[in-house]
Amino acid sequence: MEGDRKRRFFISKRVDGFFIIFSNVTSFIGRFFKEMFRRPLEWNEFIHQCYEIGYRSLLLITMTAFITGVVFTKQSRPSLSEFGAQSWLPSLVAIAVIKSLAPLVTALICAGKVGSGIGAELGSMRVTEQIDAMEVSATNPFKYLVNTRIGAATLMLPMLMLYAAFVSMMGSYLDISLNEQTSFTTFLQNAFSKITFLDYASSIIRSLVFGFTIGTVGCYQGFNTSGGTQGVGRAANSAVVVSMFFIFIEEMLILQIINSFR
Amino acid sequence: MERTNQQREAVVSIRNLYKAFGSNEVLRGVDLDLFHGENLVVLGRSGTGKSVLIKIIAGLLKPDSGTVNVLGREVPGLNAKELNALRLELGFSFQNSALYDSMSVKENLLFPLLHHRRHLPKSAVDRSVETVLDAVGLLQAKNQMPAELSGGQKKRIGIARTLILQPKIMLYDEPTAGLDPITSSEINELINEVQERYHTSSIIITHDLTCAKDTGDRVAMLLDGVFAKEGTFDDVFRSEDERIQSFYNYNFTG
Ligand SMILES: Nc1ncnc2c1ncn2[C@@H]1O[C@H](COP(=O)(O)OP(=O)(O)O)[C@@H](O)[C@H]1O
Ligand SMILES: [Mg+2]
Repeated sequence: MEGDRKRRFFISKRVDGFFIIFSNVTSFIGRFFKEMFRRPLEWNEFIHQCYEIGYRSLLLITMTAFITGVVFTKQSRPSLSEFGAQSWLPSLVAIAVIKSLAPLVTALICAGKVGSGIGAELGSMRVTEQIDAMEVSATNPFKYLVNTRIGAATLMLPMLMLYAAFVSMMGSYLDISLNEQTSFTTFLQNAFSKITFLDYASSIIRSLVFGFTIGTVGCYQGFNTSGGTQGVGRAANSAVVVSMFFIFIEEMLILQIINSFR
Repeated sequence: MERTNQQREAVVSIRNLYKAFGSNEVLRGVDLDLFHGENLVVLGRSGTGKSVLIKIIAGLLKPDSGTVNVLGREVPGLNAKELNALRLELGFSFQNSALYDSMSVKENLLFPLLHHRRHLPKSAVDRSVETVLDAVGLLQAKNQMPAELSGGQKKRIGIARTLILQPKIMLYDEPTAGLDPITSSEINELINEVQERYHTSSIIITHDLTCAKDTGDRVAMLLDGVFAKEGTFDDVFRSEDERIQSFYNYNFTG
């Protein structure tokens, strides 16, 4: 028994399992980059996926971003008033929204809606042998299904993030115009006075990374689904949990790196 | 009509094939020939490795050992490009049809075509779609979605999707599973029509004896990981082997 175990596992079952998954994910990502430059480019499917991602998440992002803008403005007002710094309200909201809230809110919503959608879709295609069917018709399911989805998520996340930031600022302006009678131009001037190019760059880069993460995790879970219908549920579920976990880690890491440039 | 194997060319030739999943030894030394132009039925109970066998032929699974020669090429040794070239000669009809459920029937049929015959003019593409839909008798389903089709119709579209690239070899995984007897016999007829019209050589996997009888020029019985008996339908079931007899009795009485 003991000898048997030594033969089968290099360190222990758990540690070995971790390294096996790690190497599988690495080669999955490697294959994504390798296929990227190969023909056919599958443009139609790529555009279709961009549309799907926007379509799936737009309503939720709009609502969440708008409410975040309104509520954040309302909640910050009393503290600023205390110091007589109420006129800084637009600027404070813009900093919070653009530097942190918009990228994170967008990423978490997309992890929930888009990540689980990709995991479930590819998972059910795997267990119903649709992916095998593509393979035996000598087409490339990895390129057709995975590359287009990862690419679309990577492209769409920064766009959705900018959209979320815009909607949040509109929410904020609604509240400010009702309370402070600030004109729209003054609001904009004040709001964007403290935002630098690096702030935009940082948020866009983070969103690109989050998009890539959501796409990759969703596709990996879906593409490697086994165990029938139950497996599809598991794939969708772990697509969400795992990508959220990575999003938090990446958020920390990228912020550290970018702040060291300041 | 008398078929003599000796003078015929084998399009699939398998020798001493082994495949296990962990401790589950599924195929244990399989030998099999598929001859040009014939319908070969592979019979066996559920879980004996019938699907595994044709997935190995199509290069979807790798064997542990043994040789798998398809159209003169050794499948396990092919690189991705060579394997794709070979797969263009194979048609694979999946047990649950495996239609792409996000695409209409027409898009399902176009999927392989547009990936391999990129420069075909639109008129030729449309003609190919019509031809295969006509071959499976479902011209009217062109713009339907897979979810709107019955089980038998899905099977037909799955077969049409493989025919569109005009394969030399057809692999049918349980073509009649889950279908009522009338629909089953229609599918059996279709399999025979495909053989005549497209001059395919086919492996038909099934545990349905009616299907075996109606479509098989030759029948091979997979038992405990090897082919226990092979010949015409009557040859096989004339056997004294208890396992074959119980398979027969179960099918026709149970
Ligand atoms: N990908 C796989 N991984 C592990 N086990 C498998 C796999 N595919 C098939 N098996 C096992 O191989 C055996 C034969 O399966 P299969 O070929 O599907 O049977 P059938 O003759 O009903 O088509 C089963 O016990 C199944 O559990
Ligand atoms: Mg099977």
